[in-house]
Amino acid sequence: MIQAIVFLPLIGALLAAAIALFGAHARNPSGDTVEHDAAHGHGHAATGHAAPTGGDAAVIHAAHDEPDAHDDHGHDHPVEPPAAGSRAAELITTGLLLVSAGLSWLALVDVGFMHHDVRIPLLPWINSGDLQVAWTLRVDTLTAVMLVVVNTVSSLVHLYSIGYMNDDPHRPRFFAYLSLFTFAMLMLVTADNLVQMFFGWEGVGLASYLLIGFWYQKPEANAAAIKAFVVNRVGDFGFLLGIFAIFMLVGSIDFETIFAAAPGLTGKTINFFGWHADALTLTCLFLFMGAMGKSAQFLLHTWLPDAMEGPTPVSALIHAATMVTAGVFMVARLSPLFELAPDAQNVVIFFGATTAFFAATIGLVQNDIKRIVAYSTCSQLGYMFVAMGTGAYSVGMFHLFTHAFFKALLFLGSGSVIHAMHHEQDIRHMGGLKDKIPFTYIVMVIGTLALTGFPLTAGYFSKDAIIEAAFASHHTMAFYGFLMTVIAAGLTSFYSWRLIFKTFHGTPHDQKHYEAAHESPYWMLIPLVVLAAGSILAGFPFKEVFAGHGVGEFFRESLKMNPHIIDEMHHIPVAVAYLPTAMMALGFVVSWMFYIRKPYLPVELANQHQLLYKFLLNKWYFDELYDLIFVRPAKRIGRFLWKAGDGTIIDGLGPDGVSARVLDITRGAVRLQTGYLYHYAFAMLVGVAGLITWFMLGGGGR
Amino acid sequence: MTFDAAGYQLLPVLPELMLTVGGMVLLMIGAYGGPKTTGVVTGLAICLLVATGAAELLLPAGRLVTFGGSFIVDDYARFLKVLALIGSTATLILSRQFLADPSSKIFEYAILVVLASVGMMVLISAGDLIMIYLGLELMSLALYVVAAINRDDAKSNEAGLKYFVLGALSSGLLLYGASLIYGFTGTVNFAGIAAAAQEGNIGLIFGLVFLLAGLCFKVSAVPFHMWTPDVYEGAPTPVTAFFASAPKVAGLAVFTRVVLTAFPSVLGQWQQIVVFVAIASMLLGSFAAIGQKNIKRLMAYSAIGHIGFALVGLAAGTVEGAQGVLVYISIYVAMTLGAFSVILAMKRNGFAVEQISDFSGLSRTNPQLAFFFAMLLFSLAGIPPLAGFFAKFYVFVAAVKAGLFTLAIIGVVASVIGAYYYLTIVKVMYFDEPKPAVDPVRFELRAVLAVAGLFNMLFFVYPAPLVSAATVAAKSLF
Repeated sequence: MIQAIVFLPLIGALLAAAIALFGAHARNPSGDTVEHDAAHGHGHAATGHAAPTGGDAAVIHAAHDEPDAHDDHGHDHPVEPPAAGSRAAELITTGLLLVSAGLSWLALVDVGFMHHDVRIPLLPWINSGDLQVAWTLRVDTLTAVMLVVVNTVSSLVHLYSIGYMNDDPHRPRFFAYLSLFTFAMLMLVTADNLVQMFFGWEGVGLASYLLIGFWYQKPEANAAAIKAFVVNRVGDFGFLLGIFAIFMLVGSIDFETIFAAAPGLTGKTINFFGWHADALTLTCLFLFMGAMGKSAQFLLHTWLPDAMEGPTPVSALIHAATMVTAGVFMVARLSPLFELAPDAQNVVIFFGATTAFFAATIGLVQNDIKRIVAYSTCSQLGYMFVAMGTGAYSVGMFHLFTHAFFKALLFLGSGSVIHAMHHEQDIRHMGGLKDKIPFTYIVMVIGTLALTGFPLTAGYFSKDAIIEAAFASHHTMAFYGFLMTVIAAGLTSFYSWRLIFKTFHGTPHDQKHYEAAHESPYWMLIPLVVLAAGSILAGFPFKEVFAGHGVGEFFRESLKMNPHIIDEMHHIPVAVAYLPTAMMALGFVVSWMFYIRKPYLPVELANQHQLLYKFLLNKWYFDELYDLIFVRPAKRIGRFLWKAGDGTIIDGLGPDGVSARVLDITRGAVRLQTGYLYHYAFAMLVGVAGLITWFMLGGGGR
Repeated sequence: MTFDAAGYQLLPVLPELMLTVGGMVLLMIGAYGGPKTTGVVTGLAICLLVATGAAELLLPAGRLVTFGGSFIVDDYARFLKVLALIGSTATLILSRQFLADPSSKIFEYAILVVLASVGMMVLISAGDLIMIYLGLELMSLALYVVAAINRDDAKSNEAGLKYFVLGALSSGLLLYGASLIYGFTGTVNFAGIAAAAQEGNIGLIFGLVFLLAGLCFKVSAVPFHMWTPDVYEGAPTPVTAFFASAPKVAGLAVFTRVVLTAFPSVLGQWQQIVVFVAIASMLLGSFAAIGQKNIKRLMAYSAIGHIGFALVGLAAGTVEGAQGVLVYISIYVAMTLGAFSVILAMKRNGFAVEQISDFSGLSRTNPQLAFFFAMLLFSLAGIPPLAGFFAKFYVFVAAVKAGLFTLAIIGVVASVIGAYYYLTIVKVMYFDEPKPAVDPVRFELRAVLAVAGLFNMLFFVYPAPLVSAATVAAKSLF
């Protein structure tokens, strides 16, 4: 069963890839450029399977003036016919994913409730000295939860994409990527050792890169894809250092061995550039660095909003529900290590709390519907890390679990709005849509309620549990975490309702698009219904096993919890327990005041606090800062090495210089050959005279 | 015979006598038959050269000495004489096309080549300074005339005249050197000089310098090379092919024999000269060739460079070095004859074309010609597994074993630089836009090209015959 869950998506990916290759070949056997619309002037040669399409999207984009408006895809432009077998590719991948998702739920019941943990060795992989790595599937409750999250959301996103990507000529490629991503994510969560986890880790990074840049004719999409990849490399570097450190300390990268050896490592130190760091703390910090990159935490978050250049289903699957939670999962998986390194846990809380607050503040003023949701994702990931830092791993996993539903719902709902609005993404141009697309409106409200933690929705249970855990924890940073998460809860409520109000209420701002708005097809609505149901129902039934006294029973060995945190969470002051809900209500009221009751208020406020508004609108100027600190110096160094290092020194003294000198000598040598007889005779005599002189004076004769 | 007692037997010089008498007979045929006998004379001359080679090989084995030690027939002489005769024969074969032209029906050409060959053989067998001068002048006089054989062509005349004037100068230097050596040792015989010469005799060294200057002129080593490009370019192409092959063999042969047999005791001194000349030749040959547009001029610089490489082996002053020189010159003759058969084949509408740009796109208009030429050029550049690589390999190994590391390294660098211009021609043939096709290639050119090309390509399969013969020949000098 486990093998089926993991490998069915891979089979789907391979089949879809084959269809993509052969389909593209059949459509364009010569491999020549497909010029579907000469007016757009695609000059670049598209080879084989790659024919231009996203260029249309770029053209639409150019038609808009707003800097923040990003178009999704170009379906109302003349496009080439879809590749043969597109429908087959869609149905195969989606069907296999649905099977996989069904089996995942069975696995959750089997493992989580029936306590049938499994470890399935597949193949030996690396066998080099002390380093023994094997492909093994490890399924305990933690993994089973992830399997459910990944496969459920992935199958729904597949289904949704059939409708959403209907007009794209490269659907087989898209579905191949989606399934490939799912497979890589499954390898990540079923890993039994750090190397296999790293394989999945990089696999999802690759799939994310490919999907963000799916419309590769769009320069923004390519830039975003590269940015995502590069920023993740920074985190991956930390992750790798962490793996190396663990191998150095334990001599193995196998989870069982590491966990068994972990208690013995307390108090050991590592010499790190002359600094005798506590071994476990340093290792955990390295590993957390990897998690920060993947989960877009503060300082390494900049790629996530830009990743919204990818198709919306991708944002829902990868950049909301699954891949970005890989960092959270990793910390949970390595909880036996983190639990022994309280300093590292403090760092985790700090970054999680900061991210939760900081991303929420940015979300307040953004205008691109997908970016608002993206910053919201960033913020919610911060919540999860706060829970991880306090040692309430199951609580963090709880939020991961519920968040997957409502955030995927919000993204797919946004996709539905974008679809309805003909690829308009700026909420300033929306308004009043609740009458045109009532179904989407309803599910978006459900998603918002869950996100803001409205009582009895899924988010209510998980988010409140995190805030309670932060309050109950005894870590140095815990109170900071509590404070930030509570404030962020209010901000979350504000920006979420702002999105709803500006999009669905009020008066339409773009009459033309408003008139043409239409409800999405059933392919897209069915996943929305399922996710809406999940957003409401994923909370209460699981409350006990994730954040109640059933935790130990449910997760058993898979998590090493802070032993007291669950008890203490239940003994916090009542006022604290109600605080998040109060903040939620406050956020709603302010939002209602601003955008329904007195719509002139936000404008006035923005004008009064021009500086703060700009600061938030420009995302705390992180992109500019990084550009200044890293990107431009890197480019300068690169340019220096290219021009001075390679061009002047290596080429100049090397190939170019040598060949130039050779030519100089050649010119000289050729000039010697004057053609005059007396010159030749003179040369001979000089030669003789020179030799004679050499022997007379130079000591050659001795 | 009474001569026997005095060491004046004629058997060792039998091949030379054959060639001389045969040359006279051919002259009679030509003189009385007129220009229409050109074909016959040339054919007979080829037969005569082949017969002489056979006679040389049929002489009794071992070391034969006659004329009081002035004339030596040893394995060294046999090896090089056969090689020189092969060069002369091949040149005459290559010349048939040129001689078939009604405007140049010159029967004297074949006879001059035969007489020059006599001079070369004498030179190769020379056992004293007198015999060197005799052979040298016999060879050179014939060469002066063949360089200017196209009497209506100003360039050919200029080439002949330049060669003559400079040749006379070099003969003067050589004679002056010979007289100095005689003055300081009291003998002209190599063995006698070897016995009398001692270290530190500055007069003897002066003589040696002058003598070697004269010999360097003949092998066109720097700085006595200046005539080479002009003569190569100006002389008719078959004549250039001749200049590039047989006389080089003879010149290098006598050079090697003189320094190794007459001056072994002043090895330190002549080694310095040879090292200097070798380095100068290799570098100038490599650098100056890059600037050339004319393929014959390029081959002239190529020849200068190759002589430099051959002298690297000589500089070692060992058996191995001498063997390297012999292997080198053998392979060089094969490569250069092959290359010149390609150059001779380059005709468009009956007119010879000799610019490098004329080779443009040859691979598409005449793939076989281009392929063989490319292989020969790779070989000239010294790229394994072609013969040219082994030629360089043997001389460099000898130099390294003799401790001449600087020389070997400079040699390798020079060969890298030299590779550039050979490869440029390959690039022009294979990657540039084709020019109109060349005329159909005559049979004898294709035959010579095939033999030379296959020798180059397949040498590495079975190198033993040449290498062991060279070893035997080299040992006979020590």
